Formats: sequence, structure tokens, C-alpha cells
Amino acid sequence: MSNQILTCIDGSIYSASVADHAAWAAGRLKASVQLLQVLGRREASSADRSGRMVAGARRQLLEQLADLDAERAKLLRSQARLDLEEAEARLRDAGVEDVTPVLRNGDLLETLLALEETAAMTVVGKRGEAADFAQLHLGSNLERILRTAQKPVLVASRAFQPITACLVAFDGQQTAIRAVEAMACSPLFQGLETTLVLAGDATDAARRSLDAAEKTLTDAGFAAKSVVRPGSPITVIPAELQETAAGILVMGAYSHSRLRTLVIGSTTSEMIRACRVPIMVYR
Amino acid sequence: MAQMERAVARSFDLGRLRDEWLGNTRSDLIAGLVVALALIPEAIAFSIIAGVDPKVGLYASFSIAVLVAITGGRPGMISAATAATAVLMVTLVKEHGLQYLLATTILAGLLQIGAGVLRLGRAMRFVSRSVMTGFVNALAILIFMAQIPELIGVPAATYPLVARGLAILYQLPRYTKAVPAPLVCLLVITAVVTALGIDIRTVSDMGELPDALPVFLLPDIPLTLETLMIILPYAAGVAAVGLLESLMTASIVDELTDTTSDKNRECVGQGIANVATGFMGGMAGCAMIGQSIINVQSGGRGRLSTFSAGVFLLILVVFLGDLVGIIPMPALVAIMIMVSIGTFSWSSLRKMREHPPSSSIVMVATVAGVVGTHNLAIGVLIGVLLSGIFFAGKIAQIFRVRSSLSEDGTTRTYVVEGQLFFASAEDFLTAFDFGEVLDRVVIDLTEAHIWDISSVAALDTVVLKFRREGAEVELLGLNRASETIVDKLAVHDKPGALADPLAH
Repeated sequence: MSNQILTCIDGSIYSASVADHAAWAAGRLKASVQLLQVLGRREASSADRSGRMVAGARRQLLEQLADLDAERAKLLRSQARLDLEEAEARLRDAGVEDVTPVLRNGDLLETLLALEETAAMTVVGKRGEAADFAQLHLGSNLERILRTAQKPVLVASRAFQPITACLVAFDGQQTAIRAVEAMACSPLFQGLETTLVLAGDATDAARRSLDAAEKTLTDAGFAAKSVVRPGSPITVIPAELQETAAGILVMGAYSHSRLRTLVIGSTTSEMIRACRVPIMVYR
Repeated sequence: MAQMERAVARSFDLGRLRDEWLGNTRSDLIAGLVVALALIPEAIAFSIIAGVDPKVGLYASFSIAVLVAITGGRPGMISAATAATAVLMVTLVKEHGLQYLLATTILAGLLQIGAGVLRLGRAMRFVSRSVMTGFVNALAILIFMAQIPELIGVPAATYPLVARGLAILYQLPRYTKAVPAPLVCLLVITAVVTALGIDIRTVSDMGELPDALPVFLLPDIPLTLETLMIILPYAAGVAAVGLLESLMTASIVDELTDTTSDKNRECVGQGIANVATGFMGGMAGCAMIGQSIINVQSGGRGRLSTFSAGVFLLILVVFLGDLVGIIPMPALVAIMIMVSIGTFSWSSLRKMREHPPSSSIVMVATVAGVVGTHNLAIGVLIGVLLSGIFFAGKIAQIFRVRSSLSEDGTTRTYVVEGQLFFASAEDFLTAFDFGEVLDRVVIDLTEAHIWDISSVAALDTVVLKFRREGAEVELLGLNRASETIVDKLAVHDKPGALADPLAH
């Protein structure tokens, strides 16, 4: 497995925090960091509502849009270079030696998927430059990234806090079991006080798989314990985070179909919205 | 297969869908309104071209715009009833009536869906730039020609009204770009005509306008083989022209917005829209170059712009139907003249002197083919064939044969260089001197590429001719590409190919 952390920044106030989280992960994994900023679609738009078609309308419009685009692209580019430099400096200050900045044009998701292949994990911010900072609004790209990413994704919170304890949202689903297995064999969470939380009723089957997960972690040398809390995950997990003072949440990714998500929303998105700590999402 | 799965996954990607629909909401809605206002006169005008009631074109424009917005592969492109497809159906309507037009629309849609499923969007790469320019110019000429009946043998009051309309369309944007000039043109001309009581033809004189939302109906035609044979040629033409204009418009919008589109999805989307439109009593349509440019110019980028253009159009027409009816024809004619002038590629005239003659000939031939037949498909076919022939002619020039005689005068070595195919086979044959008396002939093909059976046959002929003269023939260095094709196609490698045993 490669030892590179793909880190996506976009110049929003999350960029610094994303860099810090990447530095934390890089320190633990002894990994290099690839700093990625994608310059998305430039939305130059003329405000000509006259509905006219002059002779050579197409050429003229193309030139006009190209000029507007070029101007914006130049601005974006120099801003992006500054953002990248700043993040790179932050990472180097935090002791990461191998940092590669990458600046690309194009669709964020496609670029991410292409670069992710050679990475061990991805770090992104909870919301981006364009997103509303109203608390309940997630970045529009985040859900897309979480759905399509093949590697684990660390969703950075607004500011980095030292992490000493870790909470695992365990729902007995396949993705949660895989998340625990991945945790067990990664140095990322080694030495953190780990609590597995099962929200809802403890059926026998759930209890058994919770115990199995706990055993997986203790066998790997974790100081792990498990708790069952009645209630819906959306209320239980944030409360438990406070109680255990956990600095990071681990969970499995979207396990429901898109259709269901469309109708009733996804627990994963809800959780990311409700929790104020960084979240590690495993597929 | 994997690519297809990705494409399917992409079209159901919620984030992408949200982006394509709601990424640009405000501008899309405004652009949709501007486009709808410009679409109404066009839809009416194109119905008149096809010889059907304005409501056929208006229903079609609504249903095509809305459906392509959902199913198409190029967000921000405007599709509706078009001149390109309307001109194809003139004789059909004249001879068989509206019901056959509806059936043709459905069949054309089915053919387009088939083309999309078979991924024929790729065939667009054989349509060169010159052919596209010819297509656009021919389209502009067709739109203009369709206005001529409204300009000849009409009351004299028409001319000042058209002139006034054109003045508004071209002058108004200099003062304000916030108001759609076509709307002002329609309002002013209508007001002038009503106020002065000028007796002139209006839209309601051209046929029925929509008075209700469109409903689902089956075309009233006999479902026989005979019917199919009547509509199939029209449907094939409409399908081909529709896809051509749609894919061409898609690449224009791609270029304008610096984004990419899914061409095969666009084919299927156009097909679905046409099938549904036929069942709703609308005529076939496709993407519109002019309207798509207006949409992008007005800030429209997402699917919502196309969708809202269709919805606004229907609302305006159904609820303001009586007002639409009193619009005088000169106002429409002025707008259509603007569209035709804006669609024409004027720079192509200037560039005819700079471009190589072959590309200008292709462009002019495409235009001539269309104007002569009123069928854009035929014009494009002529253009594509000509550009293929010109290309072959150019590549055939990359060909040369040198030769040298050995010192004892018994062996001649021919060195063949360049591209050997049907267009250069003739030159290849004449490059050899069969009259020369030789013991041995060496043909060195190391630097040559053999492309097709014409060149293989030519090579065979040369070898046979030399053998008949009693010379030993040796072929040297058939490079890998040539070797494979010779192995597959050649005659002289196989036993019994040579009638004359002397050569062995």
C-alpha cells in the first residue's frame, strides 16, 4: 500500500485545518503528503439579456467569454498558488518533510478519483469555499467525495485539536466492521483511547458483532471498550463524543441506496453535520 | 462496458444532478425566460415553414425543451422545433397531412434513440469543420428563404414594419441589455399595427394556436407497411439532420462554456424527446444553434435554463394565447431575419480566400447541396464525401518511386516511399517501366505503407507484369503494417494465382 496522503484544499478557512489534520495523519502514518487544489469550472457569464443575435454572434460571444474566463483563471491561479504555499508551509512546520503541491484544472471529483489511486487516504474539509457557514450546511462536494472515494476519507473539522481519544460509531453493518478492521491494522489510531458505541437496542447479533469488533481492536493492542446507548445515532453519538472527550470519530460510509438517501437522507451526512470533531470515513 | 457503467453512474450522481440543475438557478431562470420569448416567434415561424398550425410547433418546442432538459447530454443547450427538421417535412405534410408528420416524428425519435444506443455520436468526427460551417450557413439561408413568402406580394405596409422591427432588434441592445429585444420588437410592432389599424396578416391568420395544455394522443394513421414506407425516408432524414444539428450545437456550447458533454446521451435524449413530442401532437425538432447561443449569452448554463425555457413558453402561449394571435407577421419576419443573420458564419466568407480551395469547395458544396434540395442531410453527405475525397487526394501526394540500375544492367531496384492506397495506386502503376529488359527486379517497400486492396492489387499487377517479362521479382521490406494487409489481401502469395507458368 502506498504511503501518501491526498490532501484537498480550496483556500477556504478549512484549508489550514485540513493541513493540520493531514500533518497529524502524516506524522502517525510516516506518510508523505500530496497537497491538491482543483480549480473548478470557471463560471464566466455575460449579463446580456437582450436575446439578440448579431452577425458572427458565436465568435463574438466565444471571445467575450474566453476573455472573462482568462481573467478569472489568472486570478484564481495566483490565489491558488498562494493557498498551496501557505498549506505547504504549515505542513512543513508541523514536521512533514515530503510535501508535493499539485494544482489542477477540472472537475474536483474526477481529479480526486484519479489521484486517489496512488494514495492511502484522503483528507478534505467539512465544507468548502463556496459553502454557507450556517452550521447545518455541508460542502456540496463532500457528499460526492464520500460516495465515490475508494480510499478512507478524513473529514477535517473547522480547527484542529490534539487527539487523544477516539470514538467508533458502530452499527454492526459491513462497512463498520471493515472500518474497525482497517483501524486495527493502521498506526493512525494506535495508542488512542478507543470507545465503540452502538446506538439503539442491543440485539444479540449486534452485541456479538460489537464484542467481536472490540476484540479485534484489543488484539491489535488498542485500549478499547464498548458501550451500548439506546436512542438514535444522531443524538447518541454527539453526546458520547462529549462524554468520552474523543477528538475523532470513525465510521463506515454510506451503506444505503441513493434512492433511500434521496427520500430520507443519509445517516452519514447527518452525523458529519452533527459532530464537531474530525471524522474518519471508511468504505 | 466499464465506461458505460461509469456513464450511467455519472448520470445518477446526485451531486452532479444537483449541479446540473440547481448550480446556476437565478441566471438559468432569467436566461430561460429570454430564450422562451425568442422561441415563440421561431416556433410559429417553423410551423409555418412545415405547413402546419402554429400550435404544432409551439407544443413541440415546449415538450422537446422540457424533455431534453431532463434526458439530454448537454446542459444549457436549447432544443425545440427547428427550421432544419421543418424543411424536411414540407412535402410530407403537403401530400399526407399532419398525422403522418406526427408519426414521422415518433419514428425519427426511435431512430435517434437507436443511434445513441449504438454510440453513433462518434461518427461526428467524419464531419469536418468546413462541412459544419457549410451546414450552419445553409441553415441560415434556409431560415431566410422561408421568410421570402412573407416579404413578396404582401401589403406595402409590411416593409416599413419589418425595417422598424430590425431597427429595434439591433439598436435596442446598444442602450439596454436588460430587456430582451425580441420582446420589445413584438410589443412595439403589435402596438403600432393595432393603433394605426393597419390591415396586415397576423399569427392567428396562420392557423390554430394552443388553447390548452398538450395531451397524449395516438397519430391517426393506418399501421401498415405502406405507411411505414411513406414515413421512413422522412424519419431517417429528420433523425439524421436532428442529430447532426444537435451534436454540432453541443460542441458549440462545449466550446462556449469550456465544458464537456455526453454526445451519446444527447442522441438518446433527442430521440426520447421526439417520440414523446409526436404523441403530444408536436413536430420533430432538435437542438438550435441560435437559441443555444442566446441562452449562453444570457447566462444560462444548467439544465434548468432549457427546462424553464420550455415551461415559460407554454405558460406564455397558453395563457396569453389571444395576445400571441394578434402579433403581426412582420414582427416575426424581422426576428427570423435577425436569427438567420446571426446564425450565418460571416467570417467564413472572408476566410474563403485564406483557406485552401478544397475546404472552401467543401463548404460551398455543402451549402449548395442544402439549398438545392432543402435537405440538410444531403448537403452534409455531399460535404463529407467531398472532404473525404480531398483528403485522399492530399495524402496520395505523399508518395514517390525512385529507381536505380545495377552496374551490369540486369537488375533494377525500385524504392517506393509514402502512402499506397486507392488514390495513389494509379501513380504507383505508372512509376514502373515494364518495357525495360531485366533479369531481376527489386521492389523496396521499406518506406511505404500499404493501406487497402487497391494498392495490394496494384502491387500484384506490377509483380505479375514483371514476371511475364521474364524477370525475377523480389519484394523487400514490407513493413509490418504492409505485411499484415498483404497477408490478408494479396493474391500472389497464394498458389495457383498466376495463370502463366512461365513466371515460376
